[in-house]
Order: sequence, then C-alpha cells, then structure tokens
Amino acid sequence: MKDSKTTKASEVRGEGMLTRFLRATELDVRVLGMVGALLVIWCGFDIASGLKIPNSGLFGGSFLTPRNIWTLLVQTSSIAVMTTGMVLVIVMRQIDLSVGSMLSMVAVAGAVVQVFELGPWLGVGHPIIWIAAVATCLLLGAAVGAFNGFLTAYLQIPSFIVTLGGLIAYSGVAFLLASGVTIAPMDRTYSIIGGGVPQAWLGPTWSWLLALATCVLIVLGILNSRRQRQKFKFPLRPVWAEVFLAATGSAIVLGLTKVVNSYPWPFMLIKDYAIAHHVTIPAGVSDRNGNAICMAGGQVVRCVDGLIYYTGYAVPVLITVVVGAAMTFVASRTKFGRYVYAIGGNPEAAELAGINTRMVTVKVFALMGFLTGLSSIIASARLDAATNSLGQSNELYVIAAAVIGGTSLAGGVGTVYGAMLGALTMQSIQSGMQLLNLPAAFQNIVVGTVLVLAVFVDQFYRRRVK
Amino acid sequence: MNAPLVEMRNISVSFGGIKAVDDVSIDLYPGEVVGLLGHNGAGKSTLIKILSGAYRRDSGQIFINGSEAQISNPRDAKAYGIETIYQALALADNVDAAANLFLGRELMTPWGTLDDVAMEAEARKVMARLNPNFKRFKEPAASLSGGQRQSVAIARAILFNAKILIMDEPTAALGPHETQMVADLIQELKRQGLGIFLIDHDIHSVMQLCDRASVMKNGQLVGTVNVKDVTEDDLLGMIILGKNPEKAA
Ligand SMILES: Nc1ncnc2c1ncn2[C@@H]1O[C@H](COP(=O)(O)OP(=O)(O)OP(=O)(O)O)[C@@H](O)[C@H]1O
Ligand SMILES: [Mg+2]
Repeated sequence: MKDSKTTKASEVRGEGMLTRFLRATELDVRVLGMVGALLVIWCGFDIASGLKIPNSGLFGGSFLTPRNIWTLLVQTSSIAVMTTGMVLVIVMRQIDLSVGSMLSMVAVAGAVVQVFELGPWLGVGHPIIWIAAVATCLLLGAAVGAFNGFLTAYLQIPSFIVTLGGLIAYSGVAFLLASGVTIAPMDRTYSIIGGGVPQAWLGPTWSWLLALATCVLIVLGILNSRRQRQKFKFPLRPVWAEVFLAATGSAIVLGLTKVVNSYPWPFMLIKDYAIAHHVTIPAGVSDRNGNAICMAGGQVVRCVDGLIYYTGYAVPVLITVVVGAAMTFVASRTKFGRYVYAIGGNPEAAELAGINTRMVTVKVFALMGFLTGLSSIIASARLDAATNSLGQSNELYVIAAAVIGGTSLAGGVGTVYGAMLGALTMQSIQSGMQLLNLPAAFQNIVVGTVLVLAVFVDQFYRRRVK
Repeated sequence: MNAPLVEMRNISVSFGGIKAVDDVSIDLYPGEVVGLLGHNGAGKSTLIKILSGAYRRDSGQIFINGSEAQISNPRDAKAYGIETIYQALALADNVDAAANLFLGRELMTPWGTLDDVAMEAEARKVMARLNPNFKRFKEPAASLSGGQRQSVAIARAILFNAKILIMDEPTAALGPHETQMVADLIQELKRQGLGIFLIDHDIHSVMQLCDRASVMKNGQLVGTVNVKDVTEDDLLGMIILGKNPEKAA
C-alpha cells in the first residue's frame, strides 16, 4: 500500500520534471520521440547485424560504424533534399506525386546537355560543362514545378491529378530524352556533387572547422533570440535550458563530425592517390580493414606500415545540411513561409487576409521543382550516370519521409527538420535491412508498415495531448 | 454634404438561383456608423463581402470617395483602406495570435526576416485595449475560445489604420465586459473619422452605436433611416414586416 503510493508520488514528480524540461527548452515531444525511435532503430540494427557477423560497431555490429553512418548520410541526401520541399507542399494542403519522374527527366536532360551537347562541342572536362548541366537541372526543375503549380492554382485542377499526370508524363519524356539508354559518364567536376570521389570529401581539417563554425552559429543564434526577447521584456527561457540546448546541439554536430572523420578512404583510392601524388608513406598506420599500405620499389602495396586518409563530410551531405537550414529559414522566418502555413491552416482566411494564395501555390511548387532538380544532380552525379528510371518511386519515399516526420496531410502542420529526420529514419531502415541481407520485398513490407505505424502513433499522440 | 466615403450602388449577387442581394444601394460617410439589419439570410454578410472583395458582384458599382473602385479580391479592398471582421472569424487556426494579427502585413526585421518579437509586442499592445485578460499570444488560434478568436479578429482589423471598417456581428461571442470595450472602441474609431458598417442583431446596441441603419429583407433593401428619428419598434417593423416607418429619412 505504502509502496505503491510512493511510486505514484515519484511518478508524478517525474512527469512534472519532464513537462518542466519540455516547457523550458521548448522542445517538441514528437521530435524527441522521433529521435528516440531513430536511436532505437540504429542500435537494434547494430546489435542484430553483430549477432550475424561481429564487427567494429558500437554494439559489435556493422551498423553503427563510421563507414555505415557515412554511407547512410550520403544515401539519404537526395530524398532529404526533396522532402524539405514536400513539407511545404503538404502543409499547403497540396501533394506532388511527380517528383520521382521529374527527377528522372531533369537528370536525363542534364546528362544530355553534358554528354551529348556540350561535351563534344567544348571538349570533355571544360568547366562550363558542369556549370551548364547544374543550371539546366535547377532551372528545368523549377520551371516544371512552376508549371505544376500553375495548373493547380490558376486552372484549379487538383494537384493530386496534375502531378499524377506528371508522374506518368514526365517519365515518358525522360525515356524519350534518354532514348531508353543509360547516359554516362558524367563530367568529372559534376560527379563531385554525388560524393563518390575523393575530391568530394572534405577531409578531417575542414570538417572540424565547419563543425566548429556550426557550433558558434548555434550559440550565436540562441544568444540573439534571447537578446531579442529581452529587448521586449518577454519571458525568457531559463539559462540552464539555453545552455542545455547549445550544448546538445554542439555535441551532436561534433559527435557526427568525429564519426565521419574516422571513416577512411577505400584502400584502392588511397593507393591511386599515393601513386598519383608521389606521397611518402608514414609508418604504423592501417586502413579500416587493418591492412596497412606502403611503398615497395615505387609501388604501393599492402604492408604492415601504412598510409591512411579520412573522408570527413561528403559534398552531398553538406548540400543537404545547407538546404535543410535554408528551408527551415524559409519556412519559419520569411513571409512566404508564414503564408504557406496560414494557407494550410485556413485557405479562405489566408485569401481574406489579402494573401495572393495562387501565387504562393505556384511558388511552392516551383520550389519543390527546384529542389527536385538539385536532387537529380546529386542522384545522377552519385551514380555517375542518368537513366529514365533514376527517380522511380522517389515520390513515395519523399512523401513518406515527410509524413513520418510529422507532416499532416490535413495541412497546416509540419516541419522541415522533422521531414529530414523522417528521410533519415526510412533510409536507416532500408540500409539496416540490406546489412542483414533481407530481401528487397521484405524491406518494402517493413517500410510500408513503418509509414502507417508512424502516422498512427502521431495521431494517437495528438488526440491524447488535446 | 461631401462625397460619401463609400457608396454601393444597385448591387446584385445571386448564388445559383437565389438572389442573395437584389439591387441594393447603401452609403457611408466619414465618422459615421451605419448599422445593417435584417433577418437571418437577408443578405447582409453577402453585401459587405462584395465591399471587402471576398465575393464578386454580378452587377452594380462601388464608389470610394466619389470615384469608382474596382474591387475584385481582398487585396484590392485593403488597398482602399477597407478592413473587415468576418462573421465566420477568418483566422488561420495553426498559427498563433500575433501571426494572425499581422497576416498579410507582417513586420520585418532590417534583414528582411519576420520580426516575430516585434509583432508579439504590438499584438500585446492592441489586445490590451480590447481584451486585457488575453494572454495566449504563442498558442495556435485553434486553441482559443470563441470570444478570444473574436478579439483577435477585431484587433486584426483595427491594427492597420483602416478608413472603412466592416464589422459583421463583432460581439456575437463576447462577454458583457468585452462587448462594452468594443462599443467604446467603435465610438473612438468614429471620432477618428472612420466609417463603420456594423452588422448586429441586437437592436438596442444598434440604437446606441449607429447614426443610420439600413434594413434588408430577402436580399432587398427595405430602407435606410436615421436612428434618432425612429424607435426600436420601428426598426423591428422594418426587419420583420419589411415596411418603412412613416417618417423615414
Ligand atoms: N457562398 C454561398 N453560396 C450559396 N449561397 C450563399 C452563400 N453565401 C450566402 N448564401 C445565401 O445567400 C443568402 C444571404 O446570406 P447572408 O450570409 O448574406 O445572410 P445574412 O444576412 O448575413 O444572415 P445572418 O444574419 O444569418 O448572418 C442566404 O440565403 C444564404 O443561404
Ligand atoms: Mg451574416
């Protein structure tokens, strides 16, 4: 009797503390829940893969290894970039089913420009080639997106129909443009954007510098918002909460940097690089497989002493982070973003408030197209080729990521970072199951189930809180 | 007399077969409050939505300060200094009170970003005049009570130096104290020279607040009277029976 009472009392106190913590830090429970779920997934896969084949992961598996985390981030880039735009589309009560086909079409167009048009004309490797290809992809994406938006906003065709048509039609255009074949290879500079070549890796020094700069930005941002609120004598977050937020943010950035900075280049690339640059090889370093590298008679061979390079952040990951930051800014700090949310919350009220809702709709779809163009660059550069099936089914993953990340299809609700976390969660599940050698069909079943489950939990939570 | 601030001439609107507004003409002078009365479905809201740009008229003309105005959407109306408090309080439910107050006319920092802090500060100032008990500036509008939403909608309309204010049943959801504050506000805005259209079912408060009253019935204008010249019973007769009192203005 007495026992149960004490338990209850401490439970209540514990709850009070959690609530107080959440109120003080202004953190969203659903985001915390998602981060928690992601950590569980990561640890689970590491343990599971370790039971099959022990490796150097945090729990003895191969999931929480620098190599896998690094790859995971690169693989997530393309979907994560698109999902930041999809959040705004869905928040505004629209949908874009065409992004997958659009990605294929735009990537193929960019590939045609560099491989068939400019390559032969300017000579392979000319710097204008990659710039023109990038510009083509971004502009074409934005234009096609704006077209989707125009049909939706001004001709009043539901976006579901407009983009369903796009899903079918744009893949047809992609097929025609590519004549059904794979276009490869991409321009050397262009392929850096995909993150698959050593030039695309920042290396430890720059990665650390960037991480430190980010930490400084986090602290400055928190200080600035505090000063703003102080100026107007608004209630402030307690100092410990500010310190906690700054410390946690910085710890995540620094920890991630440490991880990507301990992923070494693949052996073959180290060898190529050493030969090409006549690098003298220091003693006593081994690559990730325990194989060391050294010179013997002018040749690089595996040996006891070795040479090692670490990758650091890859270009597509940096692009994704920058896009995420920019889109968060757009969504929360600009008029445009405010209007998107207001329209999603109540389209009539937004129109009556004098917002040009049609123009905002066109802009949101154009932005979605622009980001799809950017993703098409990342995807084709990473593959070092473009095909008419490059973006197949991507629309489903992009929408699923946004929804898993807490975006409500009823409109008005959703965050950019939530959607990006959703993309990372989905990619984690897929990579994890690949590590465990589960068949693709099984992966589909799990991803589909997770999508439905995530929305259920989210709905359940919302109802309970209200 | 000077040219009226607003003159709506021979306005007609129909929805499908229903003539919601049928050849109605009303006007409004600076510093004047004109009450719009009529039974439910008489066409009052429809008429003022023509002026606020929410609906398009089928025929008729609108004059602002004597010259014809082209109002085909809410943005046009706002450009003429027309602010509206809608009966179905038009708030975006997912954004907070301050954001709703400034929707469409956000305050910006020198760097071109939203200045939420300044908007919240302004919002606190305006709301202090309307509903001093209001504290929930950071919560989404969906979580506000009916009266709180109404306060936000009113604050929204008076925040932007309107010349013409349209209030469609502004006190329907308000408590007695808040209703009195709105009445005081209407008097003050009137002194500042605004023209106000006030739709209200409470004849008593119409008698108190309005200079003139226009009565509608089944989409048609019954008549416009000087409030001083009529009794409450006269107005009731106009609303219910649709007949003008003997000494109409
Ligand atoms: N959007 C619409 N579509 C179709 N019919 C409408 C629409 N808006 C109003 N009506 C019709 O027009 C007529 C006038 O409606 P209105 O809203 O102007 O009445 P009201 O005088 O404001 O009534 P209340 O006092 O109940 O607010 C009604 O018959 C109504 O059903
Ligand atoms: Mg009405």
